[in-house]
Amino acid sequence: MSQNGTEKPKVSLFDIRNIIGALLGIYGVVLVVASFSTSSADRAKVSGVNANLWVGIGLLAFSVFFIGWAFLRPLVVDDGGEAD
Amino acid sequence: MHVLASSILRMDANWVDYLLIALYFVFVLGIGLSARASISSSIDFFLSGRSLPAWVTGLAFISANLGAVEIMGMSANGAQYGMATFHYYWIGAIPAMLFLGVVMMPFYYGSKVRSVPEFMLRRFGPEAHLVNAISFAVAQILIAGVNLYLLATIVNALLGWTIWVSTVAAAIIVLSYITLGGLSAAIYNEVLQFFVIVAALLPLTLLALHEVGGWNGLKDKMSAAGTSNQLDSWPGTTITTYSSSFWSVVGIVFGLGFVLSFGYWTTNFVEVQRAMASKDMNSARRAPIIGSFPKMFIPFIIIIPGMMAAVLISPLAKLKSSGGASGAGGITYNDSLLLLMKQLLPNGLLGVAIAGLLAAFMAGMAANISAFNTVMSYDIWQTYIQKDKPDRFYTAFGRGATVVATALAIGTSYFASQFPNIMTYLQTLFGFFNAPLFATFILGMFWKRMTATAAWTGLVSGTLAAVLVAFLSEDAFGSASTGFLHVGGQGASFLAAGAAFIVDVAVSVAVTFVTESKPDSELRGLVYSETPKEDLHDEHEDHWWLAPTKLAGVSLVMVIILNVIFR
Repeated sequence: MSQNGTEKPKVSLFDIRNIIGALLGIYGVVLVVASFSTSSADRAKVSGVNANLWVGIGLLAFSVFFIGWAFLRPLVVDDGGEAD
Repeated sequence: MHVLASSILRMDANWVDYLLIALYFVFVLGIGLSARASISSSIDFFLSGRSLPAWVTGLAFISANLGAVEIMGMSANGAQYGMATFHYYWIGAIPAMLFLGVVMMPFYYGSKVRSVPEFMLRRFGPEAHLVNAISFAVAQILIAGVNLYLLATIVNALLGWTIWVSTVAAAIIVLSYITLGGLSAAIYNEVLQFFVIVAALLPLTLLALHEVGGWNGLKDKMSAAGTSNQLDSWPGTTITTYSSSFWSVVGIVFGLGFVLSFGYWTTNFVEVQRAMASKDMNSARRAPIIGSFPKMFIPFIIIIPGMMAAVLISPLAKLKSSGGASGAGGITYNDSLLLLMKQLLPNGLLGVAIAGLLAAFMAGMAANISAFNTVMSYDIWQTYIQKDKPDRFYTAFGRGATVVATALAIGTSYFASQFPNIMTYLQTLFGFFNAPLFATFILGMFWKRMTATAAWTGLVSGTLAAVLVAFLSEDAFGSASTGFLHVGGQGASFLAAGAAFIVDVAVSVAVTFVTESKPDSELRGLVYSETPKEDLHDEHEDHWWLAPTKLAGVSLVMVIILNVIFR
């Protein structure tokens, strides 16, 4: 995963980008699934647009972008003790 | 218990919506637990160990302010006053955020103070420090109460839970993640909240635009309703309520754009604390500047939906043409966004939107509480009450202060519910605390002669001047105002803030000439002329976006262009 091979930097799992990507990705999946059963009454709310489907796809794309960013540029944690 | 508008606002949320909301809370508490692992000292708890990258602190910087008050209040203002509401962002936020990053942050971050009041202590000694620390702590409890009250009303509207149950449930969630993870948990949740709120409001805006027939459709409908003047942002007489266009522009530029907004964005520790958590000087300076870019576009997904709600939602349109304060079923302008969500969003997206609003409301309150516990622990307890305890003691104290603050916020949320127009209430408070603070800070940073006595007398008299103007106005204090001065609404807040600023400067200058200044040697890092240039500047020249001044220049040009397009 690391791009610079000389030292092996410690990659933090707790990276806010992964967390944002995960939450919005799950939201995207739920919305896309929900869009298949969106009632016609719900679709009629905005003149026939299946809003759940489009927003779900948008959220999935965003999620891929954020997790990809975190993957390509991982957060490096200083191993040395921090100054007080 | 019945709240008037609840039946009209009740969302038809189904299990998909609840699933999305529940997922959000799992993530919020998960962040609190993960952040707990990184806390080993009080600096970790109160300032995130000064370790965060600029984009995180930059987004947290605006998210901390993107709470219930802003989202509901600004969409309400959009519905009621139209485009003039944009001034709260383009005039009332961006210039001050850039000023903070370019001019003031080097002093805050460079002097290694742990809070804004602590800067006051180092520069001016204990009197001004106490005035600042105590007024700030009180204001945070009040504002946390406003956020909590709004949160409870939306949970009430959604689930039909009583206000009290909603208030306590929300307070417990905020309490748990801040006591666990401290400022890191608050900041990470603010960043997460930012994306969830955009995921909720951007589709809402696009759907409403589709429904209203695009920008031209909105224009046509507003013209048909006789409110086409609200499509212009200048001179903004609707928000100032001044009869003269000239004084309205002066009020917006000086009152809102200079005194209120510089006071708020540059001295309010809730905001500055986010930037102070950055990993180095360059990141700390860039945090508010990076935040200014999303900040200038947020009004498009908050104010514009408010304006569209006022033409799309028929009870709201009737309320607007009647000119009253509340319409059929007790709805008010504050309900604009909720009504729009109810009308346009299908189940699923509705869950995202409710999660986004709850997120924003909790993050706003969490920001107040996390700033409060820092000031309470470092500035009040460690400085004046128990000085020499081990570091661990203050972290534990901060956790305790969080519990007390949350309990107090529950009390003040009831108080906040008694005020009809939340924005006015809040702006009134800003006028009292922030406008004189900004005057004192800016004088103190650039005028080495200014004395400690001048600082606290200036602050006290400036605040009193604001209180006096508020009492003399038509409605800044509701029925307690006498109406002696014929200004009301936001105009009264601008005038009170302006008076506070001018009185503070006048008193500070006068008192400085009759009291003794600090020796120059004690002012390094605190006053511009006594600080070597290399202490203040940390410009990276590799890329323009890494240099705070150049990045701020780009932001300023963009906001000027926006002002010209939407004049």
